Amino acid sequence: MKIPFSYIFRNLWTRKLTTILTAAGMGLVVFVFSAVLMLDAGLKKTMVGTGSLDNVLAIRTGSETEIQSGITRDQAGLLGAMPQVARSKSGDPMVSKESLVLISLTKSGQEKGSNVVARGVSPMGITLRPQVKLIEGRMFRPGSSELVVGRNINREFNGAEIGQSLRFAQRDWVIVGVFDGGGSAFDSEIWGDVEQLMQAFRRLNYSSVIMQLAQQDSFESLLKEIAAEVRLTLDVKREQIFYEDQSRALSTFISILGNVLTVIFSIGAIIGAAITMYSSVAMRTAEIGTLRALGFRRPSILVAFLGESLLLGLVGGLAGLFFASFLQAITISTLNFQSFSQLAFSFTLTPKIVVQTLVFSMFMGFVGGFLPAMRAARMKIVDSLRAA
Amino acid sequence: MGNTLVEIKNLVKTYTRGDQEVPVLRDITLSIDRGDFISLMGPSGSGKSTLLNLIAGIDKPTAGILRIDGEDISRLSEGQLADWRASNIGFIFQFYNLMPVLTAYENVELPLLLTNLSKAERKERIEMTLNMVGLSDRMDHYPNELSGGQQQRVAIARAIVTDPTILVCDEPTGDLDKQSASDVLGMLKQLNQELGKTIIMVTHDVHAAEAAKRIVHLEKGELLGEVTSP
Repeated sequence: MKIPFSYIFRNLWTRKLTTILTAAGMGLVVFVFSAVLMLDAGLKKTMVGTGSLDNVLAIRTGSETEIQSGITRDQAGLLGAMPQVARSKSGDPMVSKESLVLISLTKSGQEKGSNVVARGVSPMGITLRPQVKLIEGRMFRPGSSELVVGRNINREFNGAEIGQSLRFAQRDWVIVGVFDGGGSAFDSEIWGDVEQLMQAFRRLNYSSVIMQLAQQDSFESLLKEIAAEVRLTLDVKREQIFYEDQSRALSTFISILGNVLTVIFSIGAIIGAAITMYSSVAMRTAEIGTLRALGFRRPSILVAFLGESLLLGLVGGLAGLFFASFLQAITISTLNFQSFSQLAFSFTLTPKIVVQTLVFSMFMGFVGGFLPAMRAARMKIVDSLRAA
Repeated sequence: MGNTLVEIKNLVKTYTRGDQEVPVLRDITLSIDRGDFISLMGPSGSGKSTLLNLIAGIDKPTAGILRIDGEDISRLSEGQLADWRASNIGFIFQFYNLMPVLTAYENVELPLLLTNLSKAERKERIEMTLNMVGLSDRMDHYPNELSGGQQQRVAIARAIVTDPTILVCDEPTGDLDKQSASDVLGMLKQLNQELGKTIIMVTHDVHAAEAAKRIVHLEKGELLGEVTSP
């Protein structure tokens, strides 16, 4: 209000060590808080980036994941014939019939195997995923026992280099290329020819069918058409929504764990801020009395001390964010409970997280500073002047 | 009412400590004219500082009449009293009470922040006032870079920068060496004589008290008597 900002700022600056220690405590909490948000944002970005808005994914009704699903060849044929499905230049339906199996691979430096998705795709499946780009080697040849691996698989797992072969389903599969899924979940998959994979695993049914819509707004009419066809007991979702749903359980787990940690830590940081502000009020009792005597009202004193603790929170928030921003260089690889497969994603800092984090750190400053500021504002002038 | 600025009649101040009521001022009657310079003297616990606080509007009387410039300040609300102090009272304290994180200039500016003056007008006033107290070359110094005497001069500048009616001084020379004390008293005299400021000063120091036109003695909360300087 009327007390100058320089008074608020310099009082913090004068007590450098106390200010730095208190802000560091808050910064630590902010670091945890923003790290959790960044992890969640990274997960969502990966999953959302996996799907495209133009694509529609069909799985069997009642199955939540592609792994659990089964679509017969007849059903897949019916889907391809739907009028809402886009056609390629040569007139073929833009449909990819895919099969997913989980295989066990060993991560570098570990002994226990981890589940990895092996996806059988048709040539159209690659066209439907423009974000997937080959970065090394070549694409697998249809009809062969060749594989291409996502860059996370290539980086993290044993035997996933070009020229090496993986043995599963009683066959040796040669790795011929590495692809970049543009930060999507495909980066954590292995792709091969769908018919070869189905033969090897003795499967009769596909796992899912991916279709490109001729027009984005024809999704509703496609839904109606599928619902009207009794032979198609399928759930159909936009690909992007499907993958977002796939990350829900992991995302909820990260959020709950993060929130519990943040709440516990933040109580400590708030108490720290309160102690700092109480001591600041105690040290400046005579100053408070003087300001009041000069004519500054109680609310001005309240605002000055609250301003000081908000600033303390802001400093802590900025420091925590600064260090948290380095986490972006880290990629986490963990199990996605819903698909039971490995999923790699990075910490992602978004403008929304920056705002949320700073609001949170200033909230800690506000809560920690409120009671001390009230004490300062409620002091009697005569009593506080006696403290000089 | 004539020239009377401060009118005190049957003023009583009692503090409550637990169940006990401790009388600090008993039935004080005193009037101070505009342009007066009055010293309040007495031993510790005589009630002189309490009387000063009541006149300055930072404490409220238990009973009696306290009018300043015709206004009964004991009836003002806390907020009104704060505004009243800002425009009528200049404070000078024993330990200067400057804000250590603000420069001399910024300390003097504090009371002006409660006025409607523009930044340029404030600057003009601050520079003029600091010049009056002989500190125009110390404007950017922080209190810890100034001597005790210089700090008290900054405090005087802060007290007079808003051109208040009354200056209340609580032991203004109590923390100063002889020379600085003499400078400060000279300055107060000058403010009284040349600018007509009404000054009410509490002091233990007989020499300091002699700077005033009137010396009022208190003991055990009562007025003992008064000496008027020739």
